[in-house]
Parts: sequence; C-alpha cells; structure tokens
Amino acid sequence: MMWIKIKRIVHSGFYSFWRNGFVSLSSILVMVVTLFVIGSTIFSGAILSSTLNQIKDKVDINVYFLTTANEDEILALKKNLEQLPEVAPPVVYLSKEEVLASFKKRHQNDEFTLQALDELGENPLGATLNIKAKDPSQYESIINFFGLKGTECSSLESKFPIIDKVNYCQNKDAIDRLTNIINSANRLGFILTIFLIIISVLITFNTLRLVIYMSRDEINVMRLVGASTNYIRGPFFVAGAIYGFISAIITLILFYPITIWLANTTESFFVGLNIFHYYTANFGEIFLIIVGSGVAIGAISSYLAVRKYLKV
Amino acid sequence: MIHFDKVSKIYPDNSVALEDVSFSVEPKEFVSIVGHSGAGKTTLLKMFLAEEKPTKGKIFFESTDISTLKKGQINDFRRKVGVVFQDFRLLPDRNVYENIAFAMEAAGREDEEIEADVPHVLELVDLSKKIWNFPHELSGGEKQRVSIARAIVNQPDVVIADEPTGNLDPLNTYDIVQILKKINDLGTTVILTTHNKGVIDSLKKRVLTMENGRIIRDDKEGKYVI
Repeated sequence: MMWIKIKRIVHSGFYSFWRNGFVSLSSILVMVVTLFVIGSTIFSGAILSSTLNQIKDKVDINVYFLTTANEDEILALKKNLEQLPEVAPPVVYLSKEEVLASFKKRHQNDEFTLQALDELGENPLGATLNIKAKDPSQYESIINFFGLKGTECSSLESKFPIIDKVNYCQNKDAIDRLTNIINSANRLGFILTIFLIIISVLITFNTLRLVIYMSRDEINVMRLVGASTNYIRGPFFVAGAIYGFISAIITLILFYPITIWLANTTESFFVGLNIFHYYTANFGEIFLIIVGSGVAIGAISSYLAVRKYLKV
Repeated sequence: MIHFDKVSKIYPDNSVALEDVSFSVEPKEFVSIVGHSGAGKTTLLKMFLAEEKPTKGKIFFESTDISTLKKGQINDFRRKVGVVFQDFRLLPDRNVYENIAFAMEAAGREDEEIEADVPHVLELVDLSKKIWNFPHELSGGEKQRVSIARAIVNQPDVVIADEPTGNLDPLNTYDIVQILKKINDLGTTVILTTHNKGVIDSLKKRVLTMENGRIIRDDKEGKYVI
C-alpha cells in the first residue's frame, strides 16, 4: 500500500515535470548557474590552497652560528628546538664542514670564489640549523624563542651568543597576502552562492506556483475523491527534486570540458595542480556536493511553494 | 444516514446563504433539491462535502458530525461520497480510462483492482467503446457519463450530482437521469440538484424545494412547483 503510493507519487512527479517542460526550463537554468558557482568555489578553493601549500613549504628559518660555536651547544639547542610544539621535526643540522662542502659545490664553476676560499686557509663558514614550522602562523613564536632583535629579516640578532644571525626572510608576507586572498575569495564565493541560492529558490518557487496553478483541476479532482494531503503534495516535491537533480547533472557535464580547458591554460600558472585531474580524482565528492545542493534547493523551493499555494 | 440539524450559513459580509435548514436522507433514497440560482443548493452540497463549515447547526453523516472532522478524516469521509458536476471536471490530457483510474489511484486502490473495475464501471454507464478516447473527442453527454463513472468507481455510499444535466440536451439529460436512477437502484443514495422541470416530474422521487436559503417544501413524490 505504502509502496504503491510512493510509486504513484514519484510517477506523477515525473509526469508533471515532463508535461511542464518548458516552464521548468527557467528553473533548471538558474539552478545550473547556482550549482556552477558552488562548483567554481570548490575549484578555486582547491587551486588557491594548493598554491598556498607550495609556498608554505618554501618558508623556513635558517640559523647561522658563529664559526667559534661549540658543536655540543648547537646540538643542545637543536634538541630544545625540536621539543617546541610549533616546530615540524626534523630540524636539519649542517656542520661547518657540510656547509663548506655545499658552498663549494654551489660555486664549483666559480674559480674566483674557490680560490679566495683556499687562500683564506680556514673555514669561514659557521654551522647552520634549518627549521620549519608546522604552520606558517607559528613562525612568530619560534622567532620569539630566539629572542630576536633587529629589523632586517635576513640578519636578525639573537640573545644566544653562539648565534651569528637568523634568516627569516619570509615568504611570510606572501603567505599572509595569499591567506588573505583565499579568505576573501572564500567569503565572496560564499556570499555569491547564498545570493544565487536565494534567487534559484525564488524562481523555482515561482515555477512550481505556475505548475500548481496549471494543475488546479487535477488537484480539485484529487481532493474530491479523498486523496490524502501528502498524495496531492508529493508529486510537487518530486518535481522540485527532479529540477535540482537535472540541473546538477548538467552542471557536472559542463565542468568536464571547462576543467580540461582550464587545466591546459592554467597549469603553468598554478604550479602543480591540474584542475581536470582534481575534478576526476574528487569526482565522487564533487558529485555529492553538487547533486545534494541541487536536490536540496529544489525540494526547499517546492516545499515553500506547496505550503503557500496548495491549500488542500 | 444524512441529517442536517438546523444548519445556517452566514458569510462574513452578513449575506445569509442558508437559514435554519433541517432534513434527513435515508439510505438508498433518491432526493432531488430544486430551487432558483442563489437559493442555497450549492452551499448545501459544499457543506455536506466539508468544503465549508456551517455557521450554526450540525451535519451528520451516519453518526459523525462532519464539521468536527480533522483533515485526514475528511479525506476518508470524501471517499464515501462520489461527486458529479455540471462542468464534468475531467482532466483534458488523460483518456477516459486514465480519468477514472486517476480517482482510484488517489484513493489508494491496487493496480489489479483498477484494471478490473474501470471497464466494469464504464459498462455500467454504457461507454465501453470510448475507453481510450480523450475528453475532447466525447460529446457532452458522454463526458458526463465518464464523470459519473468516476464518481461511482470507488463504490461510494452517496453520489452527489450538482446540476449534472445543466449543459446537456433533452436526450442526454434523459440518459444521465436514467443512469443515476440505475445507480440508486443498485443501492447507492443519490442527491441531485437541478433546474430541470422535466427531470423532476419524470423521476417521481422525493423533492426538496429551496428558496432564499430555506427549505420551503419537502414532497415525497414531488413535482417541480416553482
């Protein structure tokens, strides 16, 4: 009995959708635009956060020790650093000799510098520590650990006497700026999405109002033969959900060529994230979000329309 | 079976549609209600169908007071009543079979029942040949027969016919009245409203005469007197 009712409600929902196809078109179009914006927000979020991660990865703190610094003291400091909750282990220690070796390697084509180094007779370079934070916002507290003074970020002075200087020339500014961009892009996307969702709900609401008006004879007859309230209202919910579902499918199909095109044109720009691969790799999730939003928008609109215009 | 107990209907603008109306209808009775337009016939039927509530008085169907029914109960109640209108109210985009099946679907009947009952009820109104036709392919009389078939297919206890012959020529009018009589003979209570003197005079059944919202005559084997 229940099953027959559900079957009939779904069936007449499809029927009403099909018969009012042209009226439904405007709802579907505006819903496609809304879902498209929701999808674009997902994509731009992915692009921006992958770019941010890459830049974050390039931020670090280099600590240069005096040439006279005792290795044991440096290692003790390293140990302390590794115990800080903000520091992402490992802290990389390069001894004086390793620093010299890598310096020589870096300048292997530069006869002049190497010659000057040889003439010096001793190793002028101090040992270094390379520190990475777990999160870019945590660099401040690591900097505090060293008790740094000075304004030039490339040569800050420390309270530790064995430290020559600390280099914290952050890509920090860049990160702050990018974080700001991401936050405001997200906020803008969110506001735009809300705005478009409201428009979609209103237009779908109006479409269903028209459909309800066109079906008034049918509704009258249903009432007279004693159809239950849910039986009369059900098909309109189904029709609303179908609008949402079809719009979602159209949107997902549209994203396919668009992401291919974007992937080709933006890959050199946003390094490392191929938007098309992102789309196909996360298709399940994106599918659920888009279809879910579509069906929800459709169902909410029909709920409002039915409540307002379908007095049973 | 049906009992109106001192029912009045006064609209918010103080116009009185019904005033102190009392009458009873027995099971299997055939009652005609006559009167000029605006005499209150349609208001009376609307109140019986629980589309409107009486301002004063009570309406009983069997032992239940219709005006106190809740929504879900109203639906159950309406399934016991079949309604036929002057303007047929068929769905234009569905054929005869679908129009009747639609009423059965709405009442929650099984598919097998629908397949068995629709041809049967069309036979009763003598329209088996037109089962796959659409309403615009039917004459007025045929449309009204479909509408009657739809009203009786859920086997209601009462059939209400609100001016069913108003749009029909004398020959079709005669046919429709004969069908209503047949339905009545099969055991269903019929309430008919009409303007048509010929119909009333040929029926030789009970007649209620209304004027200005009141019942002014109640004749056992009535004639059209106004």
